[in-house]
Amino acid sequence: MDREATRRANRRVLRNTLVVAAGMFGFGFLLVPIYGAICTAFGINGQTAAIEAAQADKVAVDKSRQVTVQFHAIVNDKLPWAFRPVVSEMKVHPGEVRTIYYTAENLSGRDSVGQATHSVTPDKAAVHFKKTECFCYRQQALKPGERKQMPVRFMLHPALPKDVHEVTLTYTFFNAAAFAVSN
Amino acid sequence: MSVSNYKKTARRLLGAALLLGSGQALAERFNFQPPVTPVAHDIYGLHMMTFWICVAIAIVVFGAMFYSIFKHRKSQGAVAANFHENTKLEVLWTIVPFVILVVVAIPATKTLLYLENTSDAALTVKVTGIQWKWKYEYVDHDNNDANNVSFISTILPDQIAASSSGNSARIDKLNTPEHPYLLTVDHDLVLPINERIRFLVTGNDVIHSFFIPQFGIKKDAIPGYVNETWAEIQKPGVYYGQCAELCGKDHAFMPIVVRAVSKADFAAWMTKKKAEAVKAAEEASSNKVWKLADLIKKGNEIYHGKGGCFGCHGANGLGGGPFPALKGSKVATGPVAKHLHTVIFGVAGTPMQAFGKQLNNLELAAVITYERNAWGNNTGDAVQPKDVAAARKAP
Amino acid sequence: MSTTMTHDAGHHEEHPTGIKRWLFTTNHKDIGTLYLWFSFTMFLIGGTFALVIRAELFEPGLQIVNPQFFNMMTTMHGLVMIFGAIMPGFVGLANWQIPLMVGAPDMALPRMNNWSFWLLPFAATMLVAPMFMGAHFMDGNGPWFGWTFYAPLSLQYNHLAYFVFAIHLLGISSIMGAINIIATILNMRAPGMTLMKMPLFVWTWLITAFLLIAVMPVLAGCVTMLLTDKYFGTSFFNAAGGGDPVLFQHVFWFFGHPEVYIMILPAFGIVSQIIPTFARKKLFGYSSMVYATASIAFLSFIVWAHHMFTVGMPVAGELFFMYATVLIAVPTGVKVFNWVATMWRGSMTFEPPMLWAISFVFLFTIGGLSGIMLAVVPADVQYQDTYFVVAHFHYVLVTGALFGIIGAVYYWLPKWTGNMYSDKLAKWHFWLSLVSVNLTFFPMHFTGLAGMPRRYADYPLEFTRFNQWSSVGAFIFGFSQLLLLILVIKCIRGGQKATSEVWEGAEGLEWTVPSPAPYHTFAIAPEVK
Repeated sequence: MDREATRRANRRVLRNTLVVAAGMFGFGFLLVPIYGAICTAFGINGQTAAIEAAQADKVAVDKSRQVTVQFHAIVNDKLPWAFRPVVSEMKVHPGEVRTIYYTAENLSGRDSVGQATHSVTPDKAAVHFKKTECFCYRQQALKPGERKQMPVRFMLHPALPKDVHEVTLTYTFFNAAAFAVSN
Repeated sequence: MSVSNYKKTARRLLGAALLLGSGQALAERFNFQPPVTPVAHDIYGLHMMTFWICVAIAIVVFGAMFYSIFKHRKSQGAVAANFHENTKLEVLWTIVPFVILVVVAIPATKTLLYLENTSDAALTVKVTGIQWKWKYEYVDHDNNDANNVSFISTILPDQIAASSSGNSARIDKLNTPEHPYLLTVDHDLVLPINERIRFLVTGNDVIHSFFIPQFGIKKDAIPGYVNETWAEIQKPGVYYGQCAELCGKDHAFMPIVVRAVSKADFAAWMTKKKAEAVKAAEEASSNKVWKLADLIKKGNEIYHGKGGCFGCHGANGLGGGPFPALKGSKVATGPVAKHLHTVIFGVAGTPMQAFGKQLNNLELAAVITYERNAWGNNTGDAVQPKDVAAARKAP
Repeated sequence: MSTTMTHDAGHHEEHPTGIKRWLFTTNHKDIGTLYLWFSFTMFLIGGTFALVIRAELFEPGLQIVNPQFFNMMTTMHGLVMIFGAIMPGFVGLANWQIPLMVGAPDMALPRMNNWSFWLLPFAATMLVAPMFMGAHFMDGNGPWFGWTFYAPLSLQYNHLAYFVFAIHLLGISSIMGAINIIATILNMRAPGMTLMKMPLFVWTWLITAFLLIAVMPVLAGCVTMLLTDKYFGTSFFNAAGGGDPVLFQHVFWFFGHPEVYIMILPAFGIVSQIIPTFARKKLFGYSSMVYATASIAFLSFIVWAHHMFTVGMPVAGELFFMYATVLIAVPTGVKVFNWVATMWRGSMTFEPPMLWAISFVFLFTIGGLSGIMLAVVPADVQYQDTYFVVAHFHYVLVTGALFGIIGAVYYWLPKWTGNMYSDKLAKWHFWLSLVSVNLTFFPMHFTGLAGMPRRYADYPLEFTRFNQWSSVGAFIFGFSQLLLLILVIKCIRGGQKATSEVWEGAEGLEWTVPSPAPYHTFAIAPEVK
């Protein structure tokens, strides 16, 4: 290969590899939505899929078995709220849509904004835990001393594995003041 | 280090050197701590199986290598052969390891499924990792978290003091079979034996990891996540664990101490704990006005104990590195309201925790009073529980 | 081409002298030398950090540093060794050897080569600078969140921006180095040297360079997200803002696992050069070596979550990552078997490079076997984040990657300096290192099995004895490395003159040029049959 041809070939490698490197830098950021999508699709790390209310009503109810659903509440220390489920557990048939409530109360004398994250355990149940409505989809603001009941409408999909007898839903509320969005 | 310390170190060094290769060294633990749950037993079996398979592989590979090294050396007159390929052989040593790995993977899969099956628990304990202590909450099935027995477990201050002194004589003295060094906390996690216990593990600030070797448990405690694991303890006793995920400065100083007792003893303990909780709540919410000296005394205990304040701000209130000093600080000697707000609600974006949920009004009043009067801060302020109650709702 | 031929040796030996030579050099040999000295300097700094750790852990109680400082030491030890010592060490070897081994006059992009080296001292300075910020040095003001810088812990760190930009610079340097290596190997090979005739060191580096280009940008993305989370109000990793701390670990280990292979594949190449030379026998299974390396590189992209078995993953995910991980044992096994088969019925001698290569095969395999144990998920629940893991990755990175680099230095040093080194000093260095490295890291298996978590500044008394062994071993190992420094300096200054071939059984283009290798080599490309 003559010198000029080699130089051109080197430039080509430089250009191509730089494109790949730039692409991989972008891919690093792309991992964020990819991860989110995978988590929702497979119920990884307790991420549960939202479902349209109309769609949920069409699912046939499996009357042959009952599953106990437990509700838990955690408040991060930096959020001065009391937060608890109104009922701690209930038995449901897979396929039926139920509504439960959590209450949150701002114990402090200042306006406060919270954001909840949700976890469903065991892992294999997570993907079958469908919600049509949840307070965790957006930030919640509470005035000083304000108390609020917040609904969760959910359904256990009949495809839930038969060996799951108990499902636990846990919410953790964080102080979202630093990330507050005006509603 | 003092002279006697140097001598001791030298003696230990010599001891270590002498033990090298002697039979006495075998007294050390070479393997897992004895398992006490079904899962830990299974893991132990799996571990030993994989280990022996690895030993067998090592014997074959190293055997061939060392045979070759001794036999096929130039000084022995060995003449190099000419082969550098053998398809049959190469296919063979691709397939055989693959088969061995399948043999390992089958029982591993079985144990994993067993390990991850957390269903049908008789008792649920919420475990929260906090820098640098653990919070345990026994979930009561009547479901009002106000009725749950809950407490924070912190390493005892004498352990930290001995550790930072670096004085091995002091450490040796502190270390007893009942209270091993660095494995002694103010409140043990008490659990019943022969029952399936489910742990819901989460984190409050950074990631911690709930690790109890003898239970075969290690689960990361992640803020915003709830992880599940379980144990069925087969023998009463005291079991130790430690945080296994780097969580900042005092990562090494947040042990887990489990006291496993019979079901009856557990029920009795639970009743006692509930009564204590009611009493403490009453005391904290009463309108009693406390004397300065009493508050300082109580606050001293909380600062160096349950609150874990000394972990960052130092036993002498001098702080260190990123952690501010309290001695002579603006917060601890300035307006009480600001001090109250800082301790109750924490400081966003910093490691300063919100203690409003960890401590009750009396405890908060005491620790704040202590901080305002210790180390020459002598403000003379006696913060009362009712002040804390007011501060919680202050605009 | 013919014009260069007429004024070859004499004229081309001229080059600027003094500081200018090193600042402005575009010569692959000069740049290789710079990389190697930089790597050795960082190795000593990172080693000093390790000795602080081992001194502190010699007995229970905090005698020397506070826990924050201790955490800073474990963090800086990891970062400096990985990004400062091992990676630049391999790039230095690549700079010196790849053009010599493929018969090229220089690297393909010489000016970029200069730049990729000179970024490193600045990056290293930025990395260690925060250690000297803050009121008191002993507070531990440098990065203290572990080399894995998990969020949200690392978000609590005040000087995070220094760390982030240091990583950016290191990444840019690595990517440029990798591009240069790829271009050199693809475009600059001597006529007749087909891909499947390339020496294995060249092959392994080619694959490593592709790995670097694929994953260093992901690391850059990862630290950038951390930066914006810390200073610009985003919340990629903060649960309070709707982010996810576990996401950090996925992104990090997507880089982190291939990174492990970036640090070991070139060492595979080195060993594959050394063993045939001293066994006086062709490398067994050349093509299967190439395919095995490529498979390992490929598999390294689909096993990252095996670092996260205790994070909480669905069982199906854990099973997938377990199976993929144990699968890596197959191509790795092929390599080890091939090395043993190369020795088999050879005519072996045991000069220093061979000693390091054999101990590499032996000790790296131990690290590989403990890797199989770690891949088994339920057992990993016990091993994860204990000293067992520390023992494992030091067996693959110290007795693997580092022993590979040292072996390479012993192998090619006479070619670089033109002088043979002191055999006696080399033997002392080797045997002291071999004994002490095992004294340091083997007991860590036991400390780990007994349950001692890693990154602990202080520990319960039951772990004392093995920690003492490790500390004694570490100090012997650390100071033994000074023998290498003495040996290299002596070898540069003089000694018995080396022949072109240097080693009796050596084959390859680098042994056809005189020793020391002239400043410019292969101005006329050699023919490869």
